[in-house]
Amino acid sequence: MTASATRTPEIGENTVELRARLHAIWQTEPGFKEFFTTVDHKEIGLRYIVTAFVLLALGGLEALVIRLQLAGPDLHVLTPEQYDQFFSMHGMTMIFLYASPILSGFSNYLWPLLLGSRDMAFPRLNAFSYWVYLAAALFLYVGFLTGNGPNDGWFNYVPYAQKQYNAGLNQDFYSLGMILLGISTSVGAANFIVTAFKMRAPGMSINRLPVFIWGTLTASVANLLVVPAVSLAFFLLWLDRQFGTSFFQTSGGGQPLLWQHLFWLFGHPWVYAIVLPAMGMVSDGLPIFCRRPLVGYSLVALSTVATMILGFGVWVHHMFATGLPALSLSFFSGASIIITFPSAVAVFAWLATIWTGRPVVTTAFLYFASMIVLFVIGGVSGFMTASVPVDWQLTDTYFVVAHIHYVLIGINVFPVVGATYMWLPKMTGRLLDETLGKWGFWTMFAGFNIGFLPMHLTGLFGMPRRIWTYSAGMGWSTLNLITSIGSFVFAFGVLIFFLNVWKSLRTGAVADADPWGGPTLEWAIPSPPAPYNFAVIPTVASRHPLWEGQLDESRTRSTLEQGMVLDCGKETLTTTPLDAIPERIVPMPKDTWAPLLLALAISVFFVSLLIQSWPLIALGTFWITAALIFWLWPRRSLLERPAAAEDRMAHG
Amino acid sequence: MSGVPLGYLSASGDRAAAVVPLTWYMIVVSCAVSLIILALLVAGVVRRRIRDHSTQVNTVEVTRSGQGMRWIVIGLLVSAVPLAVSLIWTMTALAAVVGPPNKSALVVDITAHQWWWQIDYNGKSPSQHFTTANELHVPVGRKVLVRLHSGDVIHSFWVPRLTGKTDVIPGQTNLSWLKADRPGTYFGHCAEYCGMEHARMGFRVIAQPEAQFRAWRARQLQPAAHPASALATRGHALFHYRCSLCHTVRGTNAASRMGPDLTHLMSRRTLAAGMLPNNRGALAGWVDNPQASKPGAHMPNQHLTGPQLQQVVAYLETLQ
Repeated sequence: MTASATRTPEIGENTVELRARLHAIWQTEPGFKEFFTTVDHKEIGLRYIVTAFVLLALGGLEALVIRLQLAGPDLHVLTPEQYDQFFSMHGMTMIFLYASPILSGFSNYLWPLLLGSRDMAFPRLNAFSYWVYLAAALFLYVGFLTGNGPNDGWFNYVPYAQKQYNAGLNQDFYSLGMILLGISTSVGAANFIVTAFKMRAPGMSINRLPVFIWGTLTASVANLLVVPAVSLAFFLLWLDRQFGTSFFQTSGGGQPLLWQHLFWLFGHPWVYAIVLPAMGMVSDGLPIFCRRPLVGYSLVALSTVATMILGFGVWVHHMFATGLPALSLSFFSGASIIITFPSAVAVFAWLATIWTGRPVVTTAFLYFASMIVLFVIGGVSGFMTASVPVDWQLTDTYFVVAHIHYVLIGINVFPVVGATYMWLPKMTGRLLDETLGKWGFWTMFAGFNIGFLPMHLTGLFGMPRRIWTYSAGMGWSTLNLITSIGSFVFAFGVLIFFLNVWKSLRTGAVADADPWGGPTLEWAIPSPPAPYNFAVIPTVASRHPLWEGQLDESRTRSTLEQGMVLDCGKETLTTTPLDAIPERIVPMPKDTWAPLLLALAISVFFVSLLIQSWPLIALGTFWITAALIFWLWPRRSLLERPAAAEDRMAHG
Repeated sequence: MSGVPLGYLSASGDRAAAVVPLTWYMIVVSCAVSLIILALLVAGVVRRRIRDHSTQVNTVEVTRSGQGMRWIVIGLLVSAVPLAVSLIWTMTALAAVVGPPNKSALVVDITAHQWWWQIDYNGKSPSQHFTTANELHVPVGRKVLVRLHSGDVIHSFWVPRLTGKTDVIPGQTNLSWLKADRPGTYFGHCAEYCGMEHARMGFRVIAQPEAQFRAWRARQLQPAAHPASALATRGHALFHYRCSLCHTVRGTNAASRMGPDLTHLMSRRTLAAGMLPNNRGALAGWVDNPQASKPGAHMPNQHLTGPQLQQVVAYLETLQ
């Protein structure tokens, strides 16, 4: 390892010796200690995915209990108090603990592979982000299992969340748990943003990014801007509850509406943050199975960003009924209708890709293609709620419940399951069973639509959301029974999917490096990838490095088998943000206890705040300080080196 | 739309009626768009797919064929038309329903509580003021301005046939208005989650011809009559001892505003915010053990003996 300020990276071939050398440098030995210290993005990504799917299953079980309670009028499966915790926990789990983390999982695993890098920009932060996410999920579920789950819905309006109406620990668990989760989301977002701009293979200019990268990048920028709003809101709520402040208390001059602004300022962009990466999965997945590049790549990428920008200006459409002045309602109504356009770009681009391609109907294709229709149904019901006077009837009825499920299941769960069928072979080296996959798809698709399509009508018939029961005279009994049946069918479909994954892991057909003939860099490396991802750093000459031979659109070709070897220690390359010109060789951190220690320290601190134990608060504070010092202690091995100027030319 | 008391696809008053055609327009557009996209998708997959099921994906040649961009351009242009119509229609419908009505309207103050509705009618003098609960009487054909107050948490005032939702938020007075076109009973419900019994926070709007409304109003202004029977008199004493901490009966010493005003309890059709029919059995059950039928309600169980319960119910039945 040279310590000079600049170094000329060696260019070499992808040889057996090189791979062995890199393997020794990068691998995490399987072992007890290594389980806790690894910083490999693939390991972290898989943990995210597994944890998020476990939480999807838990949230799904909660939903099934809710559907039993609502299957008929005047049932008593749950008491009102239990029902309130179940629906709050279900919403909170699906929105915060499943929908976003599952995308973080796929992004964590796939980004460096798609980008031609050896890891994320900040591997230790990555591990830390996962541990904090796990801690927040455990924290919130400990609350639920001790009868202290959130009980005011996922958006948790004050003053019902205040101490005088909600004396238990429920809201303290929820407030602190959400702040804790916010730490994980924020550092994760920062990591994605830096990775997208700095960790790309040479030549992968910004107009060559896969759309999935655009989706997660856009979502991450949004998260970095809006998560502070919700963390602040929960912190202020906690202060109101514990220290008698009056941020939201009218008795002290506070404003209950402030909560709603802070929450939705976060909440609406968050909805886009949990669908844009999934839309990116479809934009990247459909072309593979349609055997042609995505139609309108630039427009789709730009509309991803445009959706997010407009998405910052529509939060008040969750608050149309709060008595705001008509002028501001009109503005937000208009913005909410106009946001349809960038979404329409994606829909027509997908349709055009199918019509101008040659679709091969695999299970993954079915999930991606069916998502188009579910996306449109969720979109048009959203367009209806964008109209203020119509929304005054629709809001807070089951119409909105149907809408949110088409958005979250249609635009998140379906693409994610499709992405699993497509990318799990890359992760495990084994294919999923196509026959079982198609059974699972049709069960899920039928169950979902049987359950949630009639729910629009339940809403138009006036059923308010969040009621624990209803009487027979309201005209909702049949529709609710159908929805309950559909939800069980849907759950059975999800079960088939999980079984298929389990079967694949045990007896699945072995996948080669490129089972689908994909266009992007991850298909150029073995399945599962080696710990170092790329033996030589590839040089990219187009948007579809692996399709260049077939498309034959330019004389330049990407170089995949020859490139920088970077084998003087654990290191990778950074490039310039727009054109991806090589910039620096960056040493990557080795496996370390620091992320886990800091995550544990912060968890202890949050538990100490919950139970208000001064000794524990002191311990937590001390531990956090110590863990930070340990983490940040300067290490010579992590000094960066700028690449020598001539190397920029070598493979530019 | 009979059979769905809270349905809003048909209306019985100006404010709701102004929105129904727009709602239908949006439903039709939404269904049409969904079906067209579904048809395009299915047709695209059926016509373009590789029919041989044994084909491996990676053996199919990749080509960049066809005029895909046309789809986006035409799709956006076609989408713009219904969207523009919705935008303009939304703004005009909003203008039609938004404002509070002019001064000639009847003004009613409604205070939402966990889990019932307090309704105050204001007259020119304090003697013209009275309070009732859970049943809003309005004269047919007159605009009624509703000033909304919260007694505790956020609720939402909603009478689907007559008006969309307006949230009831502590610390601010939101305004709603409604006008009933014809006599009848219209159902309303709290539409913002407000705690355990959000499900049981209904109310009714009873629209009456002007003359009947005036007669009702005049009767409501009367204080409660003194009980005549011995049973009811004993019930009155018990009521004073057990119930007056929370309830008002005008004309007696019971004057607390924690719970609903019971002065003319028997003139109301339902009990417990629209949950129970107002008959002797339901009333006795409710008074004795409200937690059985509405767990979480702020009225505690009374633990009365059988005779005591009879007495109290006999007294309540005099509150005509």
